[in-house]
Amino acid sequence: MTQQPRRQRLEVEDVGDVAVVNFIDKKILDEQNIQMIGDDLFRLVDELGRRKILLNFKKVEFLSSAALGKLITLNRKVQAVRGKLILCSITAEIREVFQITKLDKLFTIHAEEQAAMQAF
Amino acid sequence: MHTTTNGKPVARDHVIPSDLSEARRLQGEIEEALHAVHYNDQEIFAIKMAVEEALVNAIKHGNQMDPDKTVTVSYKVHSDRFDVSITDQGPGFDPSDVPDPTAPENLERPCGRGLLLMRYYMTDVTFADRGSTIAMFKIRK
Repeated sequence: MTQQPRRQRLEVEDVGDVAVVNFIDKKILDEQNIQMIGDDLFRLVDELGRRKILLNFKKVEFLSSAALGKLITLNRKVQAVRGKLILCSITAEIREVFQITKLDKLFTIHAEEQAAMQAF
Repeated sequence: MHTTTNGKPVARDHVIPSDLSEARRLQGEIEEALHAVHYNDQEIFAIKMAVEEALVNAIKHGNQMDPDKTVTVSYKVHSDRFDVSITDQGPGFDPSDVPDPTAPENLERPCGRGLLLMRYYMTDVTFADRGSTIAMFKIRK
């Protein structure tokens, strides 16, 4: 497999005590890419001690089931430190993926970032 | 390139290495072919999702990313349906052994959702060669 250069895949902004994360890529695909996104997300909890994380999907047009796996692991990590993970601004197509897999029952999902922020 | 002006479906056969970047290139080609015959965004999303999951399964789980093994992909884009067949060189698997990822006890498992998504987004999904070949089609509504 070709080696991808390390590049920024997430934009993280601190809004109060909430880490607001925007994905840079439109498509969250590829084992290596997903692994790096997962590592960056896990680092927020494991190394940077963030307890409240908002994932904003407004730029994301496509993601595979491998990406869902990383979100599940992130959710576990956040729960383990008694934190809160909220997802927002998910396109209708990707929202359907969460519904098919019933992960809409596992995650807290809000339509808009503003409502999501108020839910922390 | 991808036209059906003569009424014939666009058909392509590929043998790709066990490399996810090749899967990406192939996905781009399929998407272009679907656009050319005016599949809508929802239909393209559905087909991309099913093909992505099948290709990743073939490369990662079937061939175990072995660079000496290949994946054979055949697809046809008709104006009214899309067909794809994907064969890896792995030992195969029994689809009935895959646990239901939507069961409460499996909901937090980080993997095992690909088959569910393929079956949801395509009209039909079948396996052959002890699970190492998957054939799927989607009929446009």
